[in-house]
Amino acid sequence: MKTEHPSDTQFLLKQLFQQEFSKMVAVIASRYGLDHVALAEDIVSETFLSATERWSKDGLPPNPAAWLYAVARQKTLAQFRRAKIYSEKVMPGIRTGETPAMEEPDIDFSPQQIRDSQLQMFFAVCTPIIAAEAQVALALRVLCGFSIDEIAAAFLTSKETVNKRLVRAKARLRAEGIRLELPPSTEIAGRLHSVLHILYLLFNEGYYSRTQDEVLRRDLCWEALRLAIFLTEHELTNLPQTQALVALMCFHASRFDARQTVGGGIVLYGEQNESQWNADLIAQGIRYLELAARGKTISAYHIEARIAQLHCVPGDSLAKWEQILRNYNQLLMLQYSPAAALNRTYALYRARGASAALPEARKLQLEANHFYWVLLAELQRETDREAARESLERALQLTRNNPEQQLVKEKLDRLTVGLSRDIG
Amino acid sequence: MLFRQPATSYKKDLPNAMEALEKKWNDWAGGIASQGKLADRGIRLAHHGQVLKAGGLITDGPFVEVREILGGFMVVRAADYDEAVTLAHGCPVLENGGSVEIRPMYED
Repeated sequence: MKTEHPSDTQFLLKQLFQQEFSKMVAVIASRYGLDHVALAEDIVSETFLSATERWSKDGLPPNPAAWLYAVARQKTLAQFRRAKIYSEKVMPGIRTGETPAMEEPDIDFSPQQIRDSQLQMFFAVCTPIIAAEAQVALALRVLCGFSIDEIAAAFLTSKETVNKRLVRAKARLRAEGIRLELPPSTEIAGRLHSVLHILYLLFNEGYYSRTQDEVLRRDLCWEALRLAIFLTEHELTNLPQTQALVALMCFHASRFDARQTVGGGIVLYGEQNESQWNADLIAQGIRYLELAARGKTISAYHIEARIAQLHCVPGDSLAKWEQILRNYNQLLMLQYSPAAALNRTYALYRARGASAALPEARKLQLEANHFYWVLLAELQRETDREAARESLERALQLTRNNPEQQLVKEKLDRLTVGLSRDIG
Repeated sequence: MLFRQPATSYKKDLPNAMEALEKKWNDWAGGIASQGKLADRGIRLAHHGQVLKAGGLITDGPFVEVREILGGFMVVRAADYDEAVTLAHGCPVLENGGSVEIRPMYED
């Protein structure tokens, strides 16, 4: 037997936990039913606890994943037998009547079974009857195997809040009788809409997260990408909008390194070092977007992916900004969002200049959004510095976290330097 | 909003001019959409077609006895009628001798 350094075992366990937790929960829950997600989580957690104890003493088994599956299977069967004894021997003594015959569940951790169970879990978790915030939390827990602590850190909230949210979401699933099964294939496309939306939210939660923890932020994005790719591997869900979403995530993720300062600050798009953009991810994005283009419909993800792709084109040509503008126009005609409205106006500014964009910006009615004031300041900067300064002050009052505040303060400083240079 | 335009306005246009016009529409409608006021981007109508009249009589255009034909429509969300009129300003159809007809919609 190999002797491993304890910390190696710890590291491997953490990795295995991330990879296997959600798979095992999905398989067990798919046998027991969705109302036993908590039970499935308990069984898998216990399995990992046994692994920690055993492996730190005896070293790693040759195939750690298989070991985990075998133990989880035993624990599930033991649990089943306990439940059976309870219902057959104890319950009849309390109440009379037939108890339904129960067969031992067949717990099978084959790749096919894991894939199917996870897909079923996917559709069950992403049901629109749960509030979006709770859905993302539940997806992180059940589909990605995030700990409550990690989810709390990602949402900048307390463990208690996350726990409450999860308990409520699971209760809702139970109360509404949501079953762990795939919708009929005719309904897949419709239901897929909310599944993709959750992945989109999950990715954004990482990309624009308010948490300072950079590793955690990237984890959220990678998990969203992993799950989206997982959906493209299944025939039923490998639809153009799924491929477009994967493309969108690839393009965004390609700029991870470039948009991050060493100190954890945000580097704005215009100031990013283009050589830090990840060429592999851009190539992946292009590949998925080409696949997505073969469909008949154009989803918002298609347009957003196209916009993200244009952002991956180096240089700052007017033609590029014209194309970005055109795509934002189309996106907004398909569905409005404040972020798209602001970005459309920024693209208008880059393509046609501040004098064309300023009147359009004033019509947006987004005074409660700090980005609105940052944009306005950018448009006013050349012609009216005092107005630009006032806009940035308004922005500063509306910022929600440190990196955002830092950005606005830097802009204010630069503006003031410009002012004093003019006066002095 | 109903867009009416002279029946002949696009026939002799070059592809470049069509593209420029497309861009203007995109900008104008995008501007309304960016205010969250586009309710339905509507449809565009082809300039050719036929008219069925009583008695089974079918004729080619002109569709009606007016100089401007209906080119398409769009639905906007405005606080009042005046705002809808304000939104209609800048519509590219106005540059080609056409007009925008603004009509309130009945709610179901």
